[in-house]
Amino acid sequence: MSELSTSREIDRSKMQVSDKVAIQINAMNKWYGAFHVLRDINLTVNEGERIVIAGPSGSGKSTLIRCINRLEEHQKGDIIVDGIELTSDLKNIDKIRSEVGMCFQHFNLFPHLTILENCTLAPIWVRKTPRKEAIETAMHFLEKVKIPEQANKYPGQLSGGQQQRVAIARSLCMKPRIMLFDEPTSALDPEMIKEVLDTMIELAEEGMTMLCVTHEMGFARQVANRVIFMDQGQIVEQNEPEEFFNNPQSERTKLFLSQILGH
Amino acid sequence: MNEVSFVRTEMLEQEAPPASTVGVIGWLRANLFSNALNSVLTIIALFSVFSLLYGFLPWAYSPTWAAASLSECRDILHSLGREGHFSGACWGVVRDRWVQLLFGFYPSEHYWRPVLAFFLTFAALAPVLFAEKTPAKMIWVSVLYPFVMPWLLWGGTVWTPVVALLGFVVGIYVYRTVTAAMGSLFGLIAAVVAAAIWWLFIASSVSSGLAGILELAMEPVSSRQFGGLMLSLTIGIVAIGFSLPLGIVLALGRQSDLLIVKALCVGFIEFIRGVPLITLLFVASTLLNIFMPPGTNFDIIMRVIIMATLFSSAYMAEVIRGGLAALPKGQYEGGDSLGLNYWQAQRLIIMPQALKISIPGIVSNFIGLFKDTTLVSVIGLLDPLGLSTAIRANAEWNGVVWELYGFIALLFFVFCFSMARYSMYLERKLQTGHK
Ligand SMILES: Nc1ncnc2c1ncn2[C@@H]1O[C@H](COP(=O)(O)OP(=O)(O)OP(=O)(O)O)[C@@H](O)[C@H]1O
Ligand SMILES: [Mg+2]
Repeated sequence: MSELSTSREIDRSKMQVSDKVAIQINAMNKWYGAFHVLRDINLTVNEGERIVIAGPSGSGKSTLIRCINRLEEHQKGDIIVDGIELTSDLKNIDKIRSEVGMCFQHFNLFPHLTILENCTLAPIWVRKTPRKEAIETAMHFLEKVKIPEQANKYPGQLSGGQQQRVAIARSLCMKPRIMLFDEPTSALDPEMIKEVLDTMIELAEEGMTMLCVTHEMGFARQVANRVIFMDQGQIVEQNEPEEFFNNPQSERTKLFLSQILGH
Repeated sequence: MNEVSFVRTEMLEQEAPPASTVGVIGWLRANLFSNALNSVLTIIALFSVFSLLYGFLPWAYSPTWAAASLSECRDILHSLGREGHFSGACWGVVRDRWVQLLFGFYPSEHYWRPVLAFFLTFAALAPVLFAEKTPAKMIWVSVLYPFVMPWLLWGGTVWTPVVALLGFVVGIYVYRTVTAAMGSLFGLIAAVVAAAIWWLFIASSVSSGLAGILELAMEPVSSRQFGGLMLSLTIGIVAIGFSLPLGIVLALGRQSDLLIVKALCVGFIEFIRGVPLITLLFVASTLLNIFMPPGTNFDIIMRVIIMATLFSSAYMAEVIRGGLAALPKGQYEGGDSLGLNYWQAQRLIIMPQALKISIPGIVSNFIGLFKDTTLVSVIGLLDPLGLSTAIRANAEWNGVVWELYGFIALLFFVFCFSMARYSMYLERKLQTGHK
């Protein structure tokens, strides 16, 4: 787990963090019924940051990033994405969602549409891009994730790794400014994990703002500029990857790292 | 022991498989006589089929086509030396009455109208059922069909359907203008109101005005003259056509977060499912008049169609709800995360998949609805079953049972079986690999 997941050199030259704020979360709280899942979350993400969120199962990592594009509603505090505050105003939500891309653990591709149709659907219907242009964009991103030849197949005919790369391409077709990943590799076999991580690394190299829930600590070391550790719905620790792994501060983090790194 | 040393020195040529596993014998073995129980069942089944045919075929083979009454049939069979109750079928009744079983009391000089409407139905369905195999322009036939079909069947002035169609034009125009000014929700409301006003208050005077200028009319045929299979098909096709969209709306309403919408849908579905169709038909034929303002004459077939549609749509809604429930939550989230709004997600992602899952259930419902149209005989409409009672009450054919009902069953079977086959075709076509 702790070993690097990719063998190639990583170009950090473009991974510049700007001082413009992309996501601002202030004193945010969320409940599922009576259960307090997220407690007083404060987080500022600048443009170009690559943040890895780690933590034990049930600590609220998924819930946190799902709040950022309002797949879940928060009840207290505020979340400001790209200068727009997330409220129950539907217009804002649809706007945010087309600016923020998301990849899920189980891909959530649309099985009744071909790969190409999966990728052109949202640009055509949400962005009102002309069909021809949408297809060109889609092919561009499918080439980028290295599966242009699968464009006319259906998701059911692809391997898990290929499906996840399609899911990434599908999000990219909306030209998002922020990408969220919720354990994109945890449903995949080891060889496939590598191809998906490579795609994500490329994305990072191009300066995409990324928030990524993952247990791939190699990826975190190589790509992240900040690692956030969550436990019981709270951000317990955040630090640069080197510091986080070599010199963890809280007891919970130490325990978690010793479990996940296996020593 | 040195078994490892077995080494093949020459490679074997390819051989044919043993005769007992291929060809007719192999097939019989594998499928009919694979073990003792299977063999016994096969023999019992073959014997049943044989004895059925042994009884049926001699009865069906009976040269009574030309007979004009049941007693004539008996005479023909008697002269052939065939006696007894099941000595032979009396096909004369089918020859004598098939036209009536198809058209009821529809005036015979106008038979071409229902026939044309029937074939137009296929032309209108083709772009919907076989989308990629029909030219795109054909969709216009489908769009105009709902207006042409009633005019063909009931006749009257051509301006009625034209003015009805104009109602949609008015609605769309209002929607466009109001949406541009005030947003799509107001646009929709204004459009519905405008179209309703047009249909309820303006349409009839416009159409009679136009008819006064240019009289373009076909001879009207009253609903009481409708009958036979064409009545069943009219009710069946229209009710099927409306019950699917209504069912979708009800299914979505039942899942809605809006409490009142949800309560209304659940209440409607549960009420309709809890009441027998016959009751609804009686309501349609008698009770509805009580609620209508006196003097209004609301067409009986229309009333039956409305009841059959409502009845079927409640079942349809539940079938579609099953399809919706089978979709993983991730499909909704996938759509949401891409910024699709509720209606886009429903239309592009959820419904295509939910409907696909529900195809067998939906088509079963269609078939059930089509067969249920025979219940209209209890309120005095002359569908094939109603007609058969009338025919059997006739002096010439008093006593004929099997031939008549067999023929009617065949008519229904043709349509129901076609629907079943189409559903299988559709399922195969929409197969896109495993989930
Ligand atoms: N829809 C829901 N209703 C009620 N409780 C929920 C719901 N979704 C999640 N929870 C609870 O909220 C807590 C946080 O869930 P979340 O999915 O965010 O955890 P996670 O950190 O992503 O865990 P994992 O690593 O297993 O994915 C868990 O205890 C979970 O049981
Ligand atoms: Mg999770």
